[in-house]
Amino acid sequence: MRKIGVIIRKEWSEVFKNRLVLGTVGFLPLMLTAMPLVLLRVMGGEGGLGEVGTSDMPASFARLCEGLSGAECAQYFFVTEFLLLYMLMPLMIPVTIAAYSIVGEKSTRTLEPLLATPVTTIELLAGKGLAAVLPAIGATWLSFAVFAIGARLLGVGPRLVAKLADPMWLLAIFIVGPLLAIASVSVAVMISSRVNEPRVAEQLAGLVVLPLLALFFGQVSGLILLNLRLVLWMAVGLLALDSGLLAFAVQLFQRESILTRWK
Amino acid sequence: MIVTEGLGKRFGELQAVEDLSLRVHAGEVFGFLGPNGAGKTTTVRMLSALIGPTSGKAWVAGCEVGRQDGELRRKVGILTESPGLYDRLSAERNLEFFARLYEVADVAGQVERYLRLLGLWDRRHEPVGGFSKGMRQKLAIARAMLHEPQVVFLDEPTSALDPEAARLVREFVAELKHEGRAIFLCTHNLDEADRLCDRVAVFRTRLLALDTPAALRRQLFGRSVVFHLRTMEASFAERVRALPAVQSVQIVDRKLVVGLEDPESANPQLIRALVEAGADIQFVGELRRTLEDVYLKLVGTPDGIPAT
Repeated sequence: MRKIGVIIRKEWSEVFKNRLVLGTVGFLPLMLTAMPLVLLRVMGGEGGLGEVGTSDMPASFARLCEGLSGAECAQYFFVTEFLLLYMLMPLMIPVTIAAYSIVGEKSTRTLEPLLATPVTTIELLAGKGLAAVLPAIGATWLSFAVFAIGARLLGVGPRLVAKLADPMWLLAIFIVGPLLAIASVSVAVMISSRVNEPRVAEQLAGLVVLPLLALFFGQVSGLILLNLRLVLWMAVGLLALDSGLLAFAVQLFQRESILTRWK
Repeated sequence: MIVTEGLGKRFGELQAVEDLSLRVHAGEVFGFLGPNGAGKTTTVRMLSALIGPTSGKAWVAGCEVGRQDGELRRKVGILTESPGLYDRLSAERNLEFFARLYEVADVAGQVERYLRLLGLWDRRHEPVGGFSKGMRQKLAIARAMLHEPQVVFLDEPTSALDPEAARLVREFVAELKHEGRAIFLCTHNLDEADRLCDRVAVFRTRLLALDTPAALRRQLFGRSVVFHLRTMEASFAERVRALPAVQSVQIVDRKLVVGLEDPESANPQLIRALVEAGADIQFVGELRRTLEDVYLKLVGTPDGIPAT
């Protein structure tokens, strides 16, 4: 465990000196927290939504608005659109950190001296993985907390704020988010084994956001309704996916593979 | 300290290392020489438990390769071909990181010791990205030594260094030898190998020769004495060839190169014979063969034609 901590501290002290990484890790949470808050502010302001009834909402969504006024339900509808975008954080942040952390080691040829130490490959993978996953989870959770507090400060009604802490949101933020981050790191490890340029790795691994964006546009277009059941299925699916991806990443992250098969 | 028995490594169709058997003792500097692609790096990687052998066995610092790899890595230090340092971190931070991974008890003390020893203490807070090649190499050597390994693998330790720094590193290697460590030195600098190594192995996929540099020179070339004459006549060579101690005679310009088993005993007789034959001897000296001659004879010239 101690060596995992040593690796994490080294990763952070090195990776966060890279402005590109720092920019990604800082900018995404800021943007994705500010956008729904601005939306809430605009919608909640004078003449924002006027008199909206739940009859104006998709029927399936209106059922989720139990206890909310029409205007609150509309706010909830729009803010819920952002829930999937929130999930971009646990996907994009680990990809960026892991790409620079692993491909960076390849390009500076620091992997061999590192592998020559008594650290086990599991410790190494865990150290590098956690160094990428923890900031993403931290940023997601912190952004959510800032969003919830910000919403309250912006005068959003307590019923809506309470709704934002319902099981669907909590499951998405606290379970699906970390699972996405693990999947993202695993994909980054796989791609890092095949490319030699951190930016290329970042761009390729960044393709992991595509399924999420598909869900987002499905939701925006009304084809998909984000509800507790769907988020629960996402969690179960991701758990299975992560198990497979992690097993593959561990297989790939063996000394001999890294030194002889990685390009 | 290092024992290999029929060690081999195959990558698919490619046999990188074949049937390597050798022993390296404590307090010995062992030169491992061979052309690029000969399998030197693969051998070092096997012996430092980075990759597993596909045949044979090896023990390093008492640990069997493939069975006690974690313990083995604690006991060996490795200087890889490229220094491989974290450019954004300071020299001190680079060493601290590795010292912690090697579970060094006194991290700060060891880091300071080796930074001072290699002349980098004053630059310890600077990011390594701004270091010269020589400074980077010295830092990488310090990293290899932090945990006081019993066996040290050095791959081209002086390749990027200026003469002054190269000398410092050679003195450092000699010091390691006196501390009783086994040094496994891969180098293309044959003069350096000649000066530093107690024994050398010439290797190309398999072992071609293994002995002390002097013994290899003797085995491959024997000993030769060169007589510089004022004028050269064929009769001088005839006269010398007739002597029983003489193994070979060659005429090169006005020089007579005579192969002998024991020059110290045969020289007076040879000189007498040449003087009696009317030769004016200007100078007599032993033909010095270098480790490079040995290497090229064993490995072949860069074009693959064995040197004569």
